[in-house]
Amino acid sequence: MTTPHRTISTLSVTALAGAAWLCLSGAGALAASPQEERWDLLRDMYFSGRTVEDAGPLLSLEAPKRANDAAVVPIRIVTAPGSGVQVTAVHLIVDENPVPMAATFRFPHGDSPQAIDTRLRVNAYTNITAVAETSDGRLLRTTQFVKASGGCSAPALKNAQLAVARMGKMKLNLPDNIVAGKPLTAQLLISHPNYTGMQYDQLNHYFIPAHYVKTVAIRYNGAPVLDVQSDISMSEDPSIHFSLVPEEQGTLDVTAEDSNGRVFQESWPIRANSGS
Amino acid sequence: MAAAATFLRPSARAALAGVWLSVWLFGAAAPATADPLPVFEVAPGVFVHAGRHEETDATNAGDIANCGFVVGDDAVAVIDSGGSPIVGHRLREAIRAHTDRPIRYVVNTHMHPDHILGNVAFLPDQPDFVAHGNLQAALAARGEHYRQAFDAAVGAAAAAEVRIIPPTLAVADRLELDLGGRVLDLAAWSVAHSDNDLTVLDRRTKTLWAGDLLFMERAPAIDGSVLGWLRTLDALAAVPAARVVPGHGPPSSPWPDAAADLRRYLGRVVEGVREVQAAHGTIQQAVDTVAADEAPRWRLFESYNPRNVTAAFAELEWE
Ligand SMILES: [Zn+2]
Repeated sequence: MTTPHRTISTLSVTALAGAAWLCLSGAGALAASPQEERWDLLRDMYFSGRTVEDAGPLLSLEAPKRANDAAVVPIRIVTAPGSGVQVTAVHLIVDENPVPMAATFRFPHGDSPQAIDTRLRVNAYTNITAVAETSDGRLLRTTQFVKASGGCSAPALKNAQLAVARMGKMKLNLPDNIVAGKPLTAQLLISHPNYTGMQYDQLNHYFIPAHYVKTVAIRYNGAPVLDVQSDISMSEDPSIHFSLVPEEQGTLDVTAEDSNGRVFQESWPIRANSGS
Repeated sequence: MAAAATFLRPSARAALAGVWLSVWLFGAAAPATADPLPVFEVAPGVFVHAGRHEETDATNAGDIANCGFVVGDDAVAVIDSGGSPIVGHRLREAIRAHTDRPIRYVVNTHMHPDHILGNVAFLPDQPDFVAHGNLQAALAARGEHYRQAFDAAVGAAAAAEVRIIPPTLAVADRLELDLGGRVLDLAAWSVAHSDNDLTVLDRRTKTLWAGDLLFMERAPAIDGSVLGWLRTLDALAAVPAARVVPGHGPPSSPWPDAAADLRRYLGRVVEGVREVQAAHGTIQQAVDTVAADEAPRWRLFESYNPRNVTAAFAELEWE
């Protein structure tokens, strides 16, 4: 343990229900860069036995070069499906986090371009990786290196009490001018502490078990818009920007479930101006 | 973020003999000699060392925040212990140069490493480590992150002595510490700069130690709630103090005038973020524009304003 940046050998393996922890040892490091070594490990863990290609133009990822706030790192992924190739899902991975797989976004409309904005926790200097799945069974990868922020910016809750008090509350932000038939970008916010399993309950002297939003299903007039599977690398109060093509009258339904089995549901009517 | 395994019972004094996290089990032999930190007597018996307006690095060894001590007839209270074991040792030498009274308390104004990593230097004095009731939980979530950041910034040799010392005395609301003919009034605040801010008022000289509830000259960091911080500054303005010791800035300054710059800056952040959100702007747009004209007024502005705007953005979208 003399070089903590390379050797993380004491991670608790059992602390997190349903979350896979990585124990990575830097011993015996060869020529490959630490980022690529880490990726090899992640690829074997999440996509065992499959080839992962460079994404090229089908998938892009935007992340700040430096994480301004380690607890809230804004990320944008954009898919650009080509002729005959649908992008059906994107996995978002924070390579160096204890639970690297942050979220998987599944698109029912894989043939049209999708843009997703969300926010991640970033533990350390890390690659952020997006892997797209295509309808013809390929895996396409793109990465961005993100520098962690300064010493007192930790990927932890800022206001633990408030996070609990507000749990499950949702907000939908829509643009001011909505036109039927024209794609719009909406923002869904779900208040949840997304406990990592590394926060300590002082009163009772134990680590608060990981407790986080696990699935989010977004439906418009009953039809799927987006399905999200998420984990503790998502920021507290998960935020997701997604796109939607509104009709003149419609209802958006969101169902979220957390790792304790709590289900949160909310609906919003969306009125659009006539497109003609 | 490693090592969930070995938490010792934090209540026990005996915990001081051990460490919080198993990965920090290193030897902690005090250096044979440490240069006393230069301190300034801002009021009779109230001594302050002013940290540098820099990020922690190998040269400054974490000497980037204010720290100091108050001397009573019977005992000494340390208020913040500095940003590294080395700074802690140097602060202890400064105390020994001024008084031989026992060091009975080490007060931590909040969880940030630049204020607490000197704690280890005072273990031989067996003081009470005094902190806000939320500090221990906050450190449990961040301690390992702080240790790694310190290791990266200062180096493995200095980091080897780093220990996170659990508080032995937690302040839920108010607490008086009697140093002998001299009473310190401690007050625990709700979420503001952090969720564990603690202030100390020396009744005898009306000196208020504000911790990082007050930044001067150096750009502040919002690690709690910007709205909560503004509310706390309102309440703090009513504290009948003649002078204040900021967490960062000059050794002391008149109170409450000293908070004017901070209030203006935090107000600008709130106002600016609200404007961007009203126009459905993104975090990045807010980071690029909000409070930009404050830049010439603060050191390290480029390092902290983007982070503050990001944190405020996430907070304010729930209004
Ligand atoms: Zn601070």
